[in-house]
Parts: sequence; C-alpha cells; structure tokens
Amino acid sequence: MTDLTSLTLAEARDGLANKSFTSLELTEVHLSAIEAARALNAFVLETPDQARAMAREADAKIGKGQGGPLAGIPLGIKDLFATKDVRTTACSRILGNFVPTYESTVTSQLWRDGAVMLGKLNNDEFAMGSSNETSCFGPVVNPWRRDGANTTLVPGGSSGGSASAVAALLCMGATATDTGGSIRQPAAFTATVGMKPTYGRCSRWGIVAFASSLDQAGPIGRTVRDTSILMRSMAGHDPKDTTSVDRAVPDYEAAVGKSVKGMKIGIPKEYRLDGMPAEIEKLWSEGAAWLKAAGAEPVEVSLPHTKYALPAYYIVAPAEASSNLARYDGVRYGLRVPGRSIGELYENTRAEGFGAEVRRRVMIGTYVLSAGYYDAYYLRAQKVRTLIKKDFEDCFAKGVNAILTPATPSAAFGIGEKGADPVEMYLNDIFTVTVNMAGLPGIAVPAGKDSQGLPLGLQLIGRPFDEETLFSLGEVIEQAAGRFTPARWW
Amino acid sequence: MSVDAATVRRIAHLARIAVKESEVSHLQGELNAMLAFVEQLSEVNVEGVEPMTSVMPMEMKKRPDVVNDGEIADDIVRNAPETQGHFFLVPKVVE
Repeated sequence: MTDLTSLTLAEARDGLANKSFTSLELTEVHLSAIEAARALNAFVLETPDQARAMAREADAKIGKGQGGPLAGIPLGIKDLFATKDVRTTACSRILGNFVPTYESTVTSQLWRDGAVMLGKLNNDEFAMGSSNETSCFGPVVNPWRRDGANTTLVPGGSSGGSASAVAALLCMGATATDTGGSIRQPAAFTATVGMKPTYGRCSRWGIVAFASSLDQAGPIGRTVRDTSILMRSMAGHDPKDTTSVDRAVPDYEAAVGKSVKGMKIGIPKEYRLDGMPAEIEKLWSEGAAWLKAAGAEPVEVSLPHTKYALPAYYIVAPAEASSNLARYDGVRYGLRVPGRSIGELYENTRAEGFGAEVRRRVMIGTYVLSAGYYDAYYLRAQKVRTLIKKDFEDCFAKGVNAILTPATPSAAFGIGEKGADPVEMYLNDIFTVTVNMAGLPGIAVPAGKDSQGLPLGLQLIGRPFDEETLFSLGEVIEQAAGRFTPARWW
Repeated sequence: MSVDAATVRRIAHLARIAVKESEVSHLQGELNAMLAFVEQLSEVNVEGVEPMTSVMPMEMKKRPDVVNDGEIADDIVRNAPETQGHFFLVPKVVE
C-alpha cells in the first residue's frame, strides 16, 4: 500500500468510500506520523484513543453507507477551539488545564460530518502573533528549511501548528482562525492552502475570543480542493453567534475547476511596497499571468487606504482583546495566583498567566479605550476602518471579481530572528490584515519558492460571501504552480 | 502621543496586571513604539466618516425572552480553581 499520509483529503475520502482502506488504518498512519514529528512541536495534545474510537465509528457508518462528507478523515484542531472533555488552552498559561464542558460549533460540525480528531494544535498565545513563538508550549518548527541549511524556521502564526502539521503530512487538514492573517500567513510559509472566510460565515461560538469583530475560523488544507471540502463542513448559521450569517452553505468543491474566463482580477498598486523583494514581485506577476492564461483579465486597481490598515488594526484588535481577556481573573477557571485582596489576586494571576505579547496588547488596548484617549485612538481607527472597507467596495463596484496580492512580504524567517521590535513582527501581516478590517474572504495558495527554496504564497481577496470564486481562482494558481512538499528531516 | 512611567503604571492597574517596578521602563518603550506606529492615522481625513460598528451589514437578531439554559451548575464550577459547593471562592471582599 502507498503511504496513506501522502494522499490528499479528497483522495482519502474516495479511498474510504470504495473501501481501499479503513479510517482506522488512515488514522493509525497519521498517529504514527505525529509521534515521529514531535520535534516540530505542532501538537500540544495528542488524542490517540479518541481518534481510534472516532475512526471505528466512522468505519461502521461507512460500512452501512451512512458516512458523512468527512467520514473517517483525520484532522487536527487548533487549540483555540473548545473541545468537550479535551483540554483547551489557547496556548496560554492562564487557561492552565481548562477542560471545556462544551464543544465549539465549528468542531461539532466536523464531527457531525464524520471527521476524526487526532489532537490539539499549537498556536500563538490567544492567537496573538505571526510566528507561533508566543505559545506557552514553545515555538512550532516549520517543516521547511532553506536549501542546504538546518536553521529552524517559524511556520508563521498564529495558526502555526495547523500549518506545520498539514505541511508535514501529520493530519489531512486542520482548523485555524484568522484575526489579521493567522490562517493565510502560516499557509504561505508552509506551502499549504488557507482560507479565511467572510466575517459571519463560520460560527465563532466556542472559539477562544481574541478580537471579536475580526476573528473568523477557517480551514488549512493540502490543496485548494481539500480546503473547499473542509470549508463546507465548517461554515453555516449558528443561532448561538449573533454575528453568524443565516445564508445557505454552497457546495464549495463544485467551484474548484470551474472556469474563470472573463473574471476581472484587481491588482492593487498600493501593495507594491518600496523595498519589496524582487522574488515576491515576480511571483505576483506570474500569478496574474497564470490567471490571464486561464481567461481572466487582470486590471490595475487602487485601494488608497491600504497603508493605514495595519496601524488601525493595532488599535482595534488590542482594544477588543483587552475587553475579551478581562474574563481571565483567576476565579472561574484557569490559573489562580493568590493575593491578599481580590484585586491583588486578579493582578497576580494576570501577571503570571499572560505572556509578554498578550500583556503588551492588553495594555495598549486598555490605554486606547481609556477616558480621554478613546476618541483620538479607537474612534478614529474605526472611522479609518470604514474607509478601508469602502476602498474594496468601490473596487468591486467597478466589476472586479477578486483581487490578487502577495500573501506575505517575505518567506519564513528563523526562530528568534524577529521580535525584539514588536512592530517589525507586525509588518508580516501587511497584506492580509486589510481583509479582516473589511470582513472579506481571502485565500492563500502556494505559488512558488524563493531562491533559498522556501515556499511563497499568493493571496486572493473576494467579494463578501463569494468564497467560491476564490476556490475557482485558487485552483488555477495551484494547477499552474504545482504542489510543494517539504523534504522530511524530522 | 507617548506615555510616561506613571501612565504605564496606571494602565497596568486598569488592566489588572501586576507590573514590577523593574519592568516599567521596558514596557514604556514597547508601548511608545506601538503608539508611534499608529500615529500615522492622524494624517487620514476622517471628516464626516461614520465609525464602523458592524463589518457585515446585518440586523441584530433577537430571540424569545425565555429560559433556555440552566441547571448546569456542576459544569459552571468544574474548572474553577477554588470552590465550595456551587460557589466560587475569593479572598474576603466585604469587611
């Protein structure tokens, strides 16, 4: 039998349906792969017993012809998703050994459709980071290395565990979340496909909150098709999340391979940064050429407020985080550090429980919301956000179907290489953060490698709730660029 | 705008995070770097622009005003660090 871990999710689904192998077999090879890849630190909790039980159940259902769309498919779950009776920490010391008594809506839909949980995946603490170095479980290692070098590289973040595990063939797909680029940036750093859906497309219920007006769950997969299959199970209306949208979930997979003929593809001139590496420029024009060859029409567009998205984000996101993270008080769950008064108990618990990046953001968020500063910072940022969204609306109103940009300003960097200056780290999200500010869908698709052999990705940004067009266009890029798998060294 | 050491201490207290005196100047530098970065927003003309309140136009959904949950006190206190019965324990708040 060929190595089952090298199958795509779509191939595995077909193999399970025609009984070429069982879910238990497929699950076992992935559990072994996870065990052999502990050096990557992608999983913070392995759940082999649960995985086998779920696989057996899936096999029984498949045998009776009752398997769901993901029957028997082993997945990894970002540790930001609450999983019933399975430790969920957001990779923060402050949640300690929190064991939810409930299941997040998104994961419950995956289990409804027959998927198998292999374990919980590492991420930046509370999803705050772009390199997965802020996790209390330590950094995740990118399975990719520079040609001829053994420097350990970051997988990007915050969904670094998800991206690393999918790239290293430890799971067939993974859940992830994206507040400023946390699905698309790690996908680009690991040659995986990451979809950040339209705000409201996936329920946020049961996902540890970071910045509620920006957070959105989505999948990371091995291919565009795999990602579209996962997306269909993750999306859908949920009365428990008032911002979840009551709209039918399309068959996203049907959009993969659909013609893109006649589509107008916006190329925003403001994304052409000074000092942008020539390789990224080249990749970008190559992407436009591939879409053109498939019948689409690239057109130059302008998104004039692009440069203000990142600074506005670093007001809005910390403000919402400072409010969301107020719940970690050492009383109701998680870590508790004693104090002589309740005030001291709060202060001691939060000092010890939050890492440096989280503390920094909670403090800046507290400041921009505090009396006397609210108008100058928070209110102004929310006005700028309106302008950023309007840029996109104007562009789409001119008949543009989707926008093509680089996914990141560089390839993956070394662990410990950045971070002394927080703002330098934040610049990683310069191409992705606009999409969250406007609530739009965005997909990152592997498109090539840099001169050191590291993967680079392109991003496609769509109209609200038009994830299907992104899957169609993403497939064109994937077909043209091919797929990239890291050489195994771990 | 930038913050001084006293403001850093005030923010830390508002955020209920204990900060050691030795950490204040480092934090001050970090916060000021972030404030300097967001300073560029002041050059945007926001005259007459509505602040964003909802990124996707949607109407606030309402549900019937009925009890549809409850009787899960065991679940609520399950992860609490210190409890007595179905109560959370905290240091004495009222003398």
